[in-house]
Amino acid sequence: MKEISCKLLVIGAGPGGYVCAIRAGQLGVDTVIVEAGKPGGTCLNVGCIPSKALIHAAEEFEKIAHMASGKDPLGIKVAAPTLELAKTVAWKDGIVSRLNSGVAGLLKKAKVKTVQGWATFRDGKTVEVETETGTQVIRAETVVIATGSAPVELPFLPFGGQVISSTEALALGELPKKLAVVGGGYIGLELGMAFARMGAKVTVVEALPRVLAQYDAELTRPVLKRLGELGVEVMTGAKAKGLSTKGDALLVETADGKSAKIAADKILVTVGRKPLTEGWGLEQIDLDRVGKFIRIDDQCRSSMRGIFAIGDVTGEPMLAHRAMAQGEMVAEIVAGHKRSWDKRAIPAICFTDPELVTAGLSPEEAKALAGEIKIGQFPFAANGRAMTKQGEDGFVRVVARADNHLVLGIQAVGQGVSELAAAFGLALEMGARLEDIAGTIHAHPTQGEGFQEAALKALGHALHI
Amino acid sequence: MGEHVIKLPDVGEGVAEAELVEWHVKVGDLVREDTVLAAVMTDKATVEIPSPVDGEILWLGAEIGDTVAIGSPIVRLKVAGEGNVKAAAEAAPEAKAPVAPVETKPAPAAPKPAPKPAEPPKAAAAPKAAHPASASGAPRAEGEKPLASPAVRLRAKEAGIDLRQVPGSGPAGRIGHEDIDAFVARGPQIARATGLAQKDGVEDIKVVGLRRKIAEKMSLAKSRIPHITYVEEIDVTALEELRATLNKEKRADRPKLTLLPFLMRAMVKAIGEQPNLNALFDDDAGIIHQHEGIHIGIAAQTPNGLVVPVVKHAEARDLWNSAVEVNRLADAAKAGTASREELSGSTITITSLGAMGGVATTPVINYPEVAIVGVNKIMVRPVWDGTQFIPRKMMNLSSSFDHRVIDGWDAAVFVQRIKALLETPALIFVD
Repeated sequence: MKEISCKLLVIGAGPGGYVCAIRAGQLGVDTVIVEAGKPGGTCLNVGCIPSKALIHAAEEFEKIAHMASGKDPLGIKVAAPTLELAKTVAWKDGIVSRLNSGVAGLLKKAKVKTVQGWATFRDGKTVEVETETGTQVIRAETVVIATGSAPVELPFLPFGGQVISSTEALALGELPKKLAVVGGGYIGLELGMAFARMGAKVTVVEALPRVLAQYDAELTRPVLKRLGELGVEVMTGAKAKGLSTKGDALLVETADGKSAKIAADKILVTVGRKPLTEGWGLEQIDLDRVGKFIRIDDQCRSSMRGIFAIGDVTGEPMLAHRAMAQGEMVAEIVAGHKRSWDKRAIPAICFTDPELVTAGLSPEEAKALAGEIKIGQFPFAANGRAMTKQGEDGFVRVVARADNHLVLGIQAVGQGVSELAAAFGLALEMGARLEDIAGTIHAHPTQGEGFQEAALKALGHALHI
Repeated sequence: MGEHVIKLPDVGEGVAEAELVEWHVKVGDLVREDTVLAAVMTDKATVEIPSPVDGEILWLGAEIGDTVAIGSPIVRLKVAGEGNVKAAAEAAPEAKAPVAPVETKPAPAAPKPAPKPAEPPKAAAAPKAAHPASASGAPRAEGEKPLASPAVRLRAKEAGIDLRQVPGSGPAGRIGHEDIDAFVARGPQIARATGLAQKDGVEDIKVVGLRRKIAEKMSLAKSRIPHITYVEEIDVTALEELRATLNKEKRADRPKLTLLPFLMRAMVKAIGEQPNLNALFDDDAGIIHQHEGIHIGIAAQTPNGLVVPVVKHAEARDLWNSAVEVNRLADAAKAGTASREELSGSTITITSLGAMGGVATTPVINYPEVAIVGVNKIMVRPVWDGTQFIPRKMMNLSSSFDHRVIDGWDAAVFVQRIKALLETPALIFVD
């Protein structure tokens, strides 16, 4: 049995873990990172990146199909496109593998030692890693748990065969003709809409009264409209019950209590993600939990001295950029800097068609926190750039305190609005007031002008509406 | 339009004057009939003076803390109609007469004094400018996150500055780099302190009402009486057991017993043997009035201050009856409804700080009495019983005596007697 010692041991090389390790390495901390799979975690391998690749392919395909149908007003004539999904997936895999080696290279550049294998805690300072070449014992002064999360499995729809999680959905060899999606959250709708755009007949089964329930109804309206246009059937208030005996359909109890059968050659279950707290010896160190998550303080310290936890394993929102920010912070704490979690906003994006962005507080949350609020909403129908890219649906909404105009939250829905997240996050983090946004020149013609106009509208003097 | 003068009414019980303790109105206020104008306090009670008419306040006739004779005008009101000032026409020139000279006098001297008054405002402005940071910046509601950009937050964190302590001069109270500069420049002793800051203000608080009465009484007692204070510790373990048992077994209509009724019974017994402790010493006349009736004052803290309701004829009250009376008086004192009768006439006093207790106190005698018994907190203390330490419930009695008429020996005998009675409580009930 080989033994090594280090100052910092990071368990899991997802976005939280690898950022933590790189930053620690930059700061001269002797760092080891352990990863059983490929570097990059869920995000890079089976999450954000591959899904966006697939969504892009779907968007391109649909655009051309629309042109081929003769309904597109741009005057471009093309033949009906065909899709070789296996090739799309291979292209996606190429991107993923380039990023894999990119992350590995960054870790190496930062002088971080990478150990490939599955880590298990022996005690609070020691882990054993099952590597190809035998058991490696690593002793560390400080350990960062960044084990991430995994898709939640339904007991009556176990993964396997036709029943797939998002991971398998991103690696299909051919397009399912009929796809049933169980769970109308952001993952289910992102993938469901992508497959629908590629030509699959998609049915979404959601137990709650509406899909994308974490967003307000006004914000999701353009997405619902688009779902209708794509022919996606949305069954809300409906419960998935299991597979049909033949295995070619999903059994559903509809909102009015009737049984229904949804024919499907693939059933994608996207009912949420759970923290990965099993299989690596958490029971050996007995950390405090909040629900299933590991409890952390404002420095990501767990209940045991010298053990930090970051990313999905520590709670909602389970977002890569949150994990990265935590990882960076923890690395700096380990290097002796004074840091604590002081972020005002963690923007969140849903890559449906059209896209959704939220940053800061929703109108409801803002009202609860600040009492009197001002809301300014500007529709893309009045934005020149949105018209020229055939993306008139949607709007930007700014929520601010009524008394001092401090911006508390920003939401947007529309084509390509994900890129506006940068401006939204910056505005909130800098403590912008409505006047700051209204007083910033936003380049014309861009969708970003909608942001400025929304702030102007909240102030009562929007120009272009 | 007429003028209505309100005179201090006879607030009853034969008092000739009252102390003004509170104004509820100011000049220029419009009042309605029955609006409370002021509160005055006599030896006996605080009385509110309502307005008998609607009108506008023209003049207030006394300052808070002034003693006003009954019948003196205290408020002048402008009222619709004639008012109650018969010689309104007479009053007018009278009022003008003193005003006019005051107005004209400064006129000739105007050129010279004029520049002088202009200076003080400048001088006053200077110290303010010296502390710009304290003046600028919107106040943050408690618990609200300080507003600052990430760069400012980072800088503060690294410098060990708690941004919550930094006033933000930017819009919406945003903290900028310049605010951190100012915060640091204000000096380490202030900057480093979390909420510690030098303060130079002085608030003048007029001692009025009950507080003034207490102050006078305490001065009198301490200036006239040479106190001797005697502290003894008492093992109240047995007493506490008895008390608990009695409270457990008591009839539903009986009050819960505190330690006070036991102490009162013990004092009554001890006074039976030393009646000279139950006395009022008229030091001007050189006469000790030794009372047969034992009237025990119980010093009580109320929202307004210290009052001493009196349990009359404690010698004639048994344990339960004493308890009932103590409770009744305590409630009345707290509610402010205790009558003058109930608040005077004591011949000896008990003082207790209740749960605050303390180890020992130096009680001030309730002048002109000659003794006061102070109760300290019951605490479990280790007591050496000859072979080992055992936990016992111990309580100190801190008692003061007028050394002019009570010798130290007598004081000690009195306290030792009370100690014996309380330590073997059965003795309290044996005649």
